Amino acid sequence: MQKDKWLFEISPKNNLFDLNLKEVWQYRDLLILFVKRDVVTLYKQTILGPLWYLIQPLFTSVIFTLVFNNIAGISTGTIPPFLFNLAGVTIWNYFKECLTATSDTFKKNEAIFGKVYFPRVIMPMSIVVSNLLKFGIQIFIFICFYLYYYLTGHNVSPNLYLIYFPLLIIAMGMLGLGLGMIISSMVTKYRDLTFLVSFGVQLLMYLSAVMYPLDLMREKLINLEEGYNYAWVVDINPIAHLVEFGRFMLLNDGSFSVFGIIYTTIFTIVVFLLGLLIFNKTEKTFIDTI
Amino acid sequence: MENDDVILKVENLSKQYRLGTVGTGTISHDFNRFLARIRGKEDPYLKIGESNDRASKGNSEYVWALKDINFEVKRGEVLGIIGKNGAGKSTLLKILSKVTGPTTGSIKSKGRIASLLEVGTGFHPEMTGKENIFLNGAILGMTKKEIQSKLDEIVSFSGCERYIDTPVKRYSSGMKVRLAFAVAAHLEPDILVVDEVLAVGDAEFQKKAIGKMQDISGKDGRTVLFVSHDMNSISILTKKVVLLKDGKVNYTGPTDLGIKKYLSSSKENKVYVGNPSTEIPKFIKIDVLTSLPNSVHIFGEKLEINFEINLPNKQNNLAISFQILDEFQNPIVHIWNIDSEKNISRDKGNYKFNCNINSPKLYMGNYSIRGYLSDSKLKKRYDFVDSVGNFKIEMMKLKRNDYKWESGSCKYLEDYSWIINKN
Repeated sequence: MQKDKWLFEISPKNNLFDLNLKEVWQYRDLLILFVKRDVVTLYKQTILGPLWYLIQPLFTSVIFTLVFNNIAGISTGTIPPFLFNLAGVTIWNYFKECLTATSDTFKKNEAIFGKVYFPRVIMPMSIVVSNLLKFGIQIFIFICFYLYYYLTGHNVSPNLYLIYFPLLIIAMGMLGLGLGMIISSMVTKYRDLTFLVSFGVQLLMYLSAVMYPLDLMREKLINLEEGYNYAWVVDINPIAHLVEFGRFMLLNDGSFSVFGIIYTTIFTIVVFLLGLLIFNKTEKTFIDTI
Repeated sequence: MENDDVILKVENLSKQYRLGTVGTGTISHDFNRFLARIRGKEDPYLKIGESNDRASKGNSEYVWALKDINFEVKRGEVLGIIGKNGAGKSTLLKILSKVTGPTTGSIKSKGRIASLLEVGTGFHPEMTGKENIFLNGAILGMTKKEIQSKLDEIVSFSGCERYIDTPVKRYSSGMKVRLAFAVAAHLEPDILVVDEVLAVGDAEFQKKAIGKMQDISGKDGRTVLFVSHDMNSISILTKKVVLLKDGKVNYTGPTDLGIKKYLSSSKENKVYVGNPSTEIPKFIKIDVLTSLPNSVHIFGEKLEINFEINLPNKQNNLAISFQILDEFQNPIVHIWNIDSEKNISRDKGNYKFNCNINSPKLYMGNYSIRGYLSDSKLKKRYDFVDSVGNFKIEMMKLKRNDYKWESGSCKYLEDYSWIINKN
């Protein structure tokens, strides 16, 4: 009797940790081609093209400056409020784009997923990578304003931690991807979540220190005399820490806490792994439930 | 020598689907499953479920689209998979191409599986033909290097050289299909799964696809799984079939028998039954006996058409005639029997008129019978029935080199001989 050697086996035994990363690696060319597709087709048949990615953060920052700094009177220290908001919005946008674009992976790609197999995780991964392009455009406009303020004699300068900026972006991407994968997996069964995402992301922004310094929030939300402490609402939000770190690197402004770094790193890794596991479990049968 | 090398093995494969609306009660079912799992028990919903018979309304919310499927495919074999709509063919294909997982059981494979069913998947309209070749190839599992090395071949096979740097949205639909097929055809999988989706393309595309399939199994010695409703192609291309019925394997074995079984499994009553009259002659039964069950007839084989007539009184000049109509109601053949020609008079009673056509030349297609019952001298028509005893002629086994039989190319085939001289 010959011993059968099978190349692969299709079976329902989905070991939760059977991530098959080797297969993902085999399909790396597909990832690159998906990114290329997104980049090439991004501005086809639009009049303003890449300008759209400038308009959104600029207008948002203008409105934030108007509402939060001019009307509500939030102080941003020596930093020009507009630049402060633009930094926050730029960093936040990358996370937001990664999360919202990956959170409907299964639903959006139902047609292609329903016909052909490739490691599904390639799809959200490619989204996160191609979003870097949009982020690049937005960081470019940020640099332009940065130089403008610098040359007009404002007190703006980055600090040495700026060399960790790529790590911050990776953390943002991983967090967005992880959450996006969890949500997209659950959306296949419970459509309600799609409503939650668009509205939840908006709310999350207000809790993410995008338009105010983290310190100011601590100052206002903790009042020991009256015996309340709501600061934890923002403190448990890793994105608030990430936005604050980012601003710290770019503008040398705000706080820097070791606890925040450790907490955010652990949170990001846990969410990312959890997302990977749930996504992996869902990809085998989602086509039956979607 | 018999090749015993099994390349694909399907073992106890089952797939359960939930019917009705997914949504209400999903959370409670999920919760029950979760409880069962943490207590180390098996999924409580796996025990229930009914067989997948579309026509009968069941009580359970869960059905088995596939239940305990077992079969093996040997290397280099062309296996046909046949079955009615809803028998589980598509589900089986989906599991084979890893689009969805099985509920229980497994498929073991020694080779890469690719299917021609996803022709053109992932084409992006804004990208050029060349860019799409790379993207589509990568989706189907090729590496960039592999595609690069085959690029010229793919482009020339598609016949779209001139448009290769034009966005695909400017392509005609035919060009898109050609380009997509060119990519899929150069996949070189060990096991190729071909769906009946092929039938959607135009004649040229079908020919190319069938030709490629024959190449793959014949020249390259690769394994092909061929899923189709078209018994003509099944009988030509395959030697062995798996017949699925209501999610179960109904038959595995030689193609001839499988086709017979498939056709008889969906037997419909195509016999005409009429009511006798007390005054005039009437047809009481018209039945076409075809060479295969379920009113399918193999081209050229003996066809028998039986008429049962009731005569309420003595008839001197009875004339019975019938036409064989094509699917557009055009009469193709007219056959008659006139008693007065032979000076026959018939007493009252029931008669059977059996007409044998020993080697009918009717070409493949759908046919029916139009029958007349008259008095040939009085020119009085007693009975007339239209479009009864439907039957279908298939070109099974009769193979034509290089050209596939196509329906509608003629109404009948003539006997002929060629004399060819060189000048």
